[in-house]
Amino acid sequence: MTLPQELEQKFSEIIGKYPPEYKKSALVPLLLYSQDALGKITPELVNEVARRVGVFPLQVEEVLTYYSMLHFPKPMGKYHVQICTNVSCQLTGGPELWELACKRLGLGHKEVSADGLISLEEVECIGACSWAPAIQINYDFHHFVTPEKLDELLDNLRQLQ
Amino acid sequence: MADLVKLTIDGIPVEAAPGSLLIEVARRIGKEIPAFCYYDGFSQVAACRMCLVEIEGIPKLMTACTQPVGEGMVVRTETPKLAEARKGTLEFLLTNHPLDCPVCDKGGECELQDMVFRYGASESRYVEIKHHHDEQQWSPVVYFDPARCILCYRCVRVCSEGMGVNALGVVQRGAYAEIAPNHTDHLECDECGACIDICPVGALTSDTYRYQTRPWEMNHVGTICTHCSNGCKTTLGVRNDQIIRGNNRDRSGINGEFLCVKGRYAFDFNESEERLTTPMIRKGGKLEPASWSDAVRFVAGKLKQLKEAGRQIGVVGSGRVTNEESYYLQKFARQVLGTNSIDHERSGDVVTLLDALAGRANALATVDDLYRAKAVLVIGSDLAHQHPLLHWQIRANWRHHAAHTYSVTAGPVREDQHTVAAIRAAEGAEMNALEQLRDKLSAESELAIVFGDSVKGEAVRQLVSFGDSLGIPVKYVCLVDYVNSRGAMDMGIIPELLPGYQSAAAAGLPVGLTLPQMLANEHLGALWVVNADPLRNTRLAAKEAFVIVQDLFLTATAQQADVLLPSASLYEKLGTVTNVCGEVQRLTKAAQTMGAKADLEIIGLIAKELGMASQMGPWITDKVFAEMQQVVAGYNVPLPVIATGGAAQTLPPAVKIGVETDPALIRSARDTQFTSGTLGSYSKKLDSLLESPGSLYQGENVLALATQ
Repeated sequence: MTLPQELEQKFSEIIGKYPPEYKKSALVPLLLYSQDALGKITPELVNEVARRVGVFPLQVEEVLTYYSMLHFPKPMGKYHVQICTNVSCQLTGGPELWELACKRLGLGHKEVSADGLISLEEVECIGACSWAPAIQINYDFHHFVTPEKLDELLDNLRQLQ
Repeated sequence: MADLVKLTIDGIPVEAAPGSLLIEVARRIGKEIPAFCYYDGFSQVAACRMCLVEIEGIPKLMTACTQPVGEGMVVRTETPKLAEARKGTLEFLLTNHPLDCPVCDKGGECELQDMVFRYGASESRYVEIKHHHDEQQWSPVVYFDPARCILCYRCVRVCSEGMGVNALGVVQRGAYAEIAPNHTDHLECDECGACIDICPVGALTSDTYRYQTRPWEMNHVGTICTHCSNGCKTTLGVRNDQIIRGNNRDRSGINGEFLCVKGRYAFDFNESEERLTTPMIRKGGKLEPASWSDAVRFVAGKLKQLKEAGRQIGVVGSGRVTNEESYYLQKFARQVLGTNSIDHERSGDVVTLLDALAGRANALATVDDLYRAKAVLVIGSDLAHQHPLLHWQIRANWRHHAAHTYSVTAGPVREDQHTVAAIRAAEGAEMNALEQLRDKLSAESELAIVFGDSVKGEAVRQLVSFGDSLGIPVKYVCLVDYVNSRGAMDMGIIPELLPGYQSAAAAGLPVGLTLPQMLANEHLGALWVVNADPLRNTRLAAKEAFVIVQDLFLTATAQQADVLLPSASLYEKLGTVTNVCGEVQRLTKAAQTMGAKADLEIIGLIAKELGMASQMGPWITDKVFAEMQQVVAGYNVPLPVIATGGAAQTLPPAVKIGVETDPALIRSARDTQFTSGTLGSYSKKLDSLLESPGSLYQGENVLALATQ
């Protein structure tokens, strides 16, 4: 599989950080960067990454399915909305945000909108307890989220399209 | 050797080598510490938490499977606290485990069931609905029931570490973690079934054994696998003369627990509906059923008539029959029929190797040597496919002893995963390529060389002188095809040699025809074929020749028979076979097919009909073996060793054989894991597997896993 040039460069850079005998340590970063760059992880990519780090494709799948931030085989949407419902967020309105998001988007846990634009996930603690309730959209954090703010955020996502 | 460590286990003082694991040391003194994930010979994962023990001075319970022994350690393996811990672990393992023991294949020999009985975790505090996932079929032989899996990782390890296949993995995490096959919903692998045998519960089950029987309803018969030449012991589960499963969980035999797909599943040919069960005589161009007495009388009469007429009689032996049968057959041919035209399909140049090694002790490697030698060189064979046990041994040697392996082969082989050097050389060009390894090999302290049929004739002598020139002890294995191909050579099923590699010419015997010469001889009076199929792709030049065939099936050769005698399979016989390393092992009779007779008995009956019974001696395996011990050089092996299920290696002849054989006659059938000559084509299970022979050497699966 040929990778986009930028990703190809990133691959060499990441693999180069590890001693050759430990190049399989590059597995998780390679997958994470690929997911961001390509939007999804395909079986072809699994084979490609396996070949590059010298493991079997099944071993790549083991890693992919273990880590919750790697989405395989089903990709998440372009905008992945992650709502925390762990203790701090739970006490400050996280579950209400979750229900609101479900209702507004018509999606459940790890579901993707028909156009592939938005996906929803109920996540464990994202380490933003001091600013609870918090949600995360892709890599951006949003603090002290209220139902109104959530509405606005979701509206913005539609417009960003 | 470092000083032994002294410790106490349950009040018993023990000494153990530093670094040895508590669980192993305890086992040695008869204290069985329960464990699911620990399996000797494989890496440790400490996943199951069953092997917890108390160690004085350590506040927490420790896992005995990862705990090395320490000086002065005081260990307790059975205390109320441990019983409570194990009970808790079991309760946890049972949270999602179905209570379907009454229909589970593993019932009665299930390690989880045993443990629950022992620690009484029969009640659970969990009331939640069990997480369930439906059963899946991964291949024609492998079924997986995720709900029963306790995630011990044994199957994953035996496949990756033991076999080098890496077809199994664990996907998802936590309570949702599950064993997964390498192709999403199916397996592409060796189909060896090691994962099924090693599974402590009934999560992995085999197609042949599913819902068939209970372990206590079978007789367990340890005999030798009838397929390739490696000579694995297989323990057949037999009920009412039907073979239901093959495994070797008791680790008897040279193979320990190892078996390949053929040993585990390809016993079904034995019950094939195509088995011949009645003798047939050709009448008016058609084979008609006949009684044994009529058939034997007919054969004897014809042989007598042809012999008296001075016609040439050709005899074709096989690597599929026992040593006793081969010995008796050649004796019959040479002494009764007066013909020296006796041959079989030769698959390796054993004769030249033994000639080159004549008089040497410790020059032939055993199967065990391949596990212990400091270095192993493989020439011209893809062992993983053609000689699975030898591949397993060499891989285990690399895993456990960091042995150096070298390969000189025409294409990629599985040893490439760990070879020090892998050289690609076309068939026949291996000897030149070998020179590239000279420096590396000379630096080894010892070497075992395994070579295939592309090294024959002069090349074998070159190989032995190459070995001699290295200045280190070298042992050899000459690869041959079938279960007793080596034995057929030893027993003189070739015109050039008598049993024990005695020159036939020197003994005053006339020059006999080789197999191709027999088939091409227009004047041949009779052809007697014992368990072989030489006419599968060639025609018999002598159209009028009287053809006698002893076989299990109506092969291409059998179809041309004038008399067809149904013979018993190796699973239905007594006797001995000699494996690829020259190790003699004894068979045990596991089953019988009504109407078929052992080849030894068939030959005996013909001899009796000819009035030659007393000259031939009784057709009783033990009597024939006793005669072989006297007559066949190298076969004076200790009877107690083989009678108790052991393997005894024969020695090369004391003096040079001094007989040249034609290397052109040597040609291996190159059976893979999914073929096995005639028998393979009558095994439905093997046939069903031909479709998925594993793309293990293609594309992304060809990996030089230097880091693993």
